[in-house]
Amino acid sequence: MLGALKTTPFHARTAPLCVSHAWRRWAGYVVASSYELSHEREYHAIRSAAALFDISPLYKYLVSGRDAAQLLDRVMTRDVAHAQVGQVLYTPWCDAAGKVLDDGTVVRLGEDVFRMTAADPNLRWLEDNGAGLDAEIEDVSERTAALALQGPAARMILQQLADSDLSALGFFRLVPARLRDIPVTISRTGYTGDLGYEIWLDAAHAVALWDTLVETGTSYGIMPAGMLALDLARIEAGLMLIDVDYVSARRALIGAQTSSPFELDLRWTVNLEKPNFVGKRALEEEAARGPAWQFTGVEIEWNALERLYTDVGLAPRLPVAAWRASVPLYSGGEQVGYATSGGWSPLLKKYIALAHLGNRWAAPGTVLEMEVTVEHRRQRAAAKVVKKPFFNPERKRA
Amino acid sequence: MPAAYDAIVIGGGHNGLVCASYLARAGRRVLVLERRERVGGAALSEQVFPGFTFSVYSYVVSLLRPEIIRDLELARHGLHILPLESTLTPLPNGDYLAQWSDHDQNRRELARHSLRDAEAYDEFGVLMHEMSRAVKPMLGMTPPDPGSLAPRDLIGLARLGAHFRSLGARKFNALSKLLTMSAADYLDEWFETEALKGTKSASGIIGTLAGPRSPGTAYVLLHHYMGEIDGVFRAWGFARGGNGSVSAAIASAARAFGADIRTSAPVERVLIEGGRAVGAVLHGGEEVRARLVVSGADPRRTFLNLLGAEHLPGEFVEAIRRFRFRGASGKVNLALDALPEFSCLPGAGPHLRGAISVSPSVDYLERAYDEAKYGEFSRRPYMDIVIPSMIDPAMAPPGKHVMSIFAQYAPYHLNGGWTDARREAFGDAVIDTLAEYAPNLKSVILHRQVITPADIEHAIGLTEGNIFQGELSLQQMFFLRPVPAWAKYRTPVSGLYQCGSGTHPGGGVMGAPGRLAALTILRDIA
Repeated sequence: MLGALKTTPFHARTAPLCVSHAWRRWAGYVVASSYELSHEREYHAIRSAAALFDISPLYKYLVSGRDAAQLLDRVMTRDVAHAQVGQVLYTPWCDAAGKVLDDGTVVRLGEDVFRMTAADPNLRWLEDNGAGLDAEIEDVSERTAALALQGPAARMILQQLADSDLSALGFFRLVPARLRDIPVTISRTGYTGDLGYEIWLDAAHAVALWDTLVETGTSYGIMPAGMLALDLARIEAGLMLIDVDYVSARRALIGAQTSSPFELDLRWTVNLEKPNFVGKRALEEEAARGPAWQFTGVEIEWNALERLYTDVGLAPRLPVAAWRASVPLYSGGEQVGYATSGGWSPLLKKYIALAHLGNRWAAPGTVLEMEVTVEHRRQRAAAKVVKKPFFNPERKRA
Repeated sequence: MPAAYDAIVIGGGHNGLVCASYLARAGRRVLVLERRERVGGAALSEQVFPGFTFSVYSYVVSLLRPEIIRDLELARHGLHILPLESTLTPLPNGDYLAQWSDHDQNRRELARHSLRDAEAYDEFGVLMHEMSRAVKPMLGMTPPDPGSLAPRDLIGLARLGAHFRSLGARKFNALSKLLTMSAADYLDEWFETEALKGTKSASGIIGTLAGPRSPGTAYVLLHHYMGEIDGVFRAWGFARGGNGSVSAAIASAARAFGADIRTSAPVERVLIEGGRAVGAVLHGGEEVRARLVVSGADPRRTFLNLLGAEHLPGEFVEAIRRFRFRGASGKVNLALDALPEFSCLPGAGPHLRGAISVSPSVDYLERAYDEAKYGEFSRRPYMDIVIPSMIDPAMAPPGKHVMSIFAQYAPYHLNGGWTDARREAFGDAVIDTLAEYAPNLKSVILHRQVITPADIEHAIGLTEGNIFQGELSLQQMFFLRPVPAWAKYRTPVSGLYQCGSGTHPGGGVMGAPGRLAALTILRDIA
C-alpha cells in the first residue's frame, strides 16, 4: 500500500464533518484543523460547553512487568516509582545532557502496568533504557483510540454515559469505566487548561463511542473541534508544544536548539531526590547554577499595539488564529528572547504569547518590546512578562 | 612563438569544462580540447536507439557543488535538476522497502519493517548531517599537505586542526568510527532491517571494488550523503535531458566566459620544452601552445600516456602506477516499449519516479562482491536503477520509456578478459536478476546497451573503467589523491596541472576538482 498518511479510527466520522476541508498532519495522521469554516465556535465550545477532540495520533506505549516502574522512573524526570495506581503524571524526559527529548504523560494502570503518551516515537529510547530490566514495552499507538472531551459541560456529558460516579475522579487521575457498555479508561487530563477528560479505548469501538458521545452531548452543546481551536486553548493554558515551543534534543542540530526542563519552566517535574534517572547529573549541575533561560508568558499591551496601527490610519489588527513563529523580544534595543507561539485570546481579550527569555528579563512585570509587523513595517510594541497560565479556571481542578 | 592561449584543458568532461569556465571567468584565454565529437566525458546524453535518449554513463546528479551552480550560473545555461524522491528496494519475498522524501510517509513505511529502525532513521539523519558538516570544509578546500612546512599548508593544517577540535568529543568519536569502519558494521550499529542496511550500504561501495564489509566503506557512505545535505539547492536529482545537459550547461557557461572548445581534437601528448608543459600535440601532429596545460584525464592517462614517464621522477611514476582504478561496475541501458511491472508494487506509481535499488541485504551485496573478488562478474549484481522517462518524459517517445541500470560488480580485470560474449552474458545476468522482480521486463525491451568497464575505458578513456577516475577509497582521498605531496592539482612538471576526478575531492559529477584546480592555477599565475 502506498497510502502516504494515516487516518485515525474516528476518520469515518470526522471526515464528513470537516466541511472546511482544512486538514493538517499530526504524527503521520491527518486530523482536522477546523471542522467548520472558521475555528471560532470550536474554540468557544472549549470554554463554554464541551469540545470533542480526536487525539488518537498521540504515541502510546504500554509498559508492563516487574521492573516497569523502575524503567519509567529511570527515563522520566518525575517520581514514577511512587505514583499511585490511577495517578497520571505529566512529565518530560531528557537525554544524558539533561536536555528535553519529549514530554507526555505516564499513568499507572496497575502496580506493574503503565501507559505512556508521547509526541514522538519513543519505543527505541524505552527499549534501550530497559536493557536488563523485566519490563515489556508495547507500542499500542495504532490500536488505542483517544478522544479529549474538554469544557465546562464535559463532566455532565460523560456522567450521562458512565457506569460510575465521575465526580470523584480528581485532576490527573484515571479510572476504568464503561460508557454505554464500551470499555474505556477515563483520565481527568487535557491540553486546554479547562475541566476536561481524555478517553482511551480500543480502536475497534472508536466510531461507536464517537456516536454515543455526540448523541448524548448534543443537548449540552458538544462540538467536534480541530487543532486551531486547541492551539489557542493550550496557549491560554500556558502549555508548551514540541517542535513549536521547543526542539527535541533528538532533532536539534546544534546545542543552542536544545532546552532543559528548567529552561522550560518545568522545575516542578524534576525530582532530584530520585536515586537515578537519565540526565540527573547534568540537571543537578544546572539546578546548582540556575538555568540561563526561562519559559514565560508575555502579554502585548493593547495601547502600544493600538498606537502603532493608529499611526498608519488603521484599527488594530489581531491574529485570527494562534501563530507559531519565532518573534523577537527586545529590552532597550537589545534582543533578550523570542516568543514561539501566541495569539489573541477571545476569552481574556488579551494578546498573549509564550516566550523564551534570558534570566534577567524573565521576572513577571518586566516590560519588554515585541516585534509586530504593521503595514509591512517591523515595529515594536510594549509587552509585559506575566505568569503562566494565562487562564486557570477553578473548574479545571474542582 | 607566443602562446595563443593562457591555458589548454585536455578533456571536455564536466571537470575540464568547470576548470575552463573558472579560468575564462577570470579573464584567461582558454582552449578545451576534446577527443570525442561531443563534450561531456562520462556525463553524456545520447540517442543510442532512435527516439530514446540515454544518460549513457553517469545518470544522476547528487554532488554537483552548489557554488559551481551559482558561480557559473548553470541554471541560466539550461541546467534543470528534477527531483528523485524515493528509493524502492524490491525484496525476494515479494515485499519491498521504500524510502520516501516525506518524513511521515517514510516513517510509516519503515515502521512496517521495524519500529526501532523508523525511530533510528531520524537520529541517524541528524548524525550524518553533523558528520557532513564536520567533513564539508575539506571538500571545499585545497588539501593541505601534512608533510609540508610551507606557510599555506601549515595554515591549512592549523585550520583543519582547529575545526576538528571544535567538533567536540562526541562528534569527533563518531567521525573516527566513520573513518575506520565498514559500511555494514557502521549500519549494524543503527538498524536491524536487512533491506535498509543493504540499500544504505550500497552507497559505500558504488564504483569501488570493495564489499559492504570492507573497512573504510563507511566513510564513502558519508561522501555520498553530502549530496543530500546541501538540500537547499536540490542538487540531488535527475538533470532534465539526462546528464549530458549538465555538461552542456557548463560548456555553455565556459563559452559565455570566452573559452574556446574544440571537439574531435584528440591530444596525443603534452608538449614539453625545457622541462615545462607548453602545449599539446594533437593526433596528426598539430601543435597548440599555451602558458600552461591542465589535464582532465585520469592520473594514469595523464602521466603515463599523455606525458610519459621519462619526464617524471621515478618514485612519482611508481606512485601513479600504484594508484588503484579497478573499475567494478557496468551499465545496462534499456529502451522499453512499456513500463516494467514490479510484482511487489504492480502498476505505475510514484515508486517508479525514484531510484530502484536491488540490494535486499548486506549479504546479497557481499556475495555479489565475493564473485568479483575472484575475477568474475556478479551473477546477481547490485543494481541502482532509474527510469528517466518517468521524470522527464522527453527522454523517450510518448508512452515508451528508458531505463538506466547501474550494475555492480563487473570487474575490469575479468578472468579471461572482457569479450563480446562476456559482455552479453553480464547483460543477461543483469536482466535475469531484475526480471525476478519485474517479470514483464524481458517482453518490453526494445533495445539493450550493455557497457562494461572495458567499454568505459575504450569509449571515454577512464582507466580500467573506474567511474571516479580512481577508486574512491580512504587511502586515495584528500591529501593522498592521487599521490601524496601532489594532491594540489600541481604536478612535478611545471606548467602541467590536473583537474579530473582523480584529484581531490573525487568523482560523482561534483565539479569540485575542476573548480579547485582553476583556483590553484589562478593563484599560481596571478
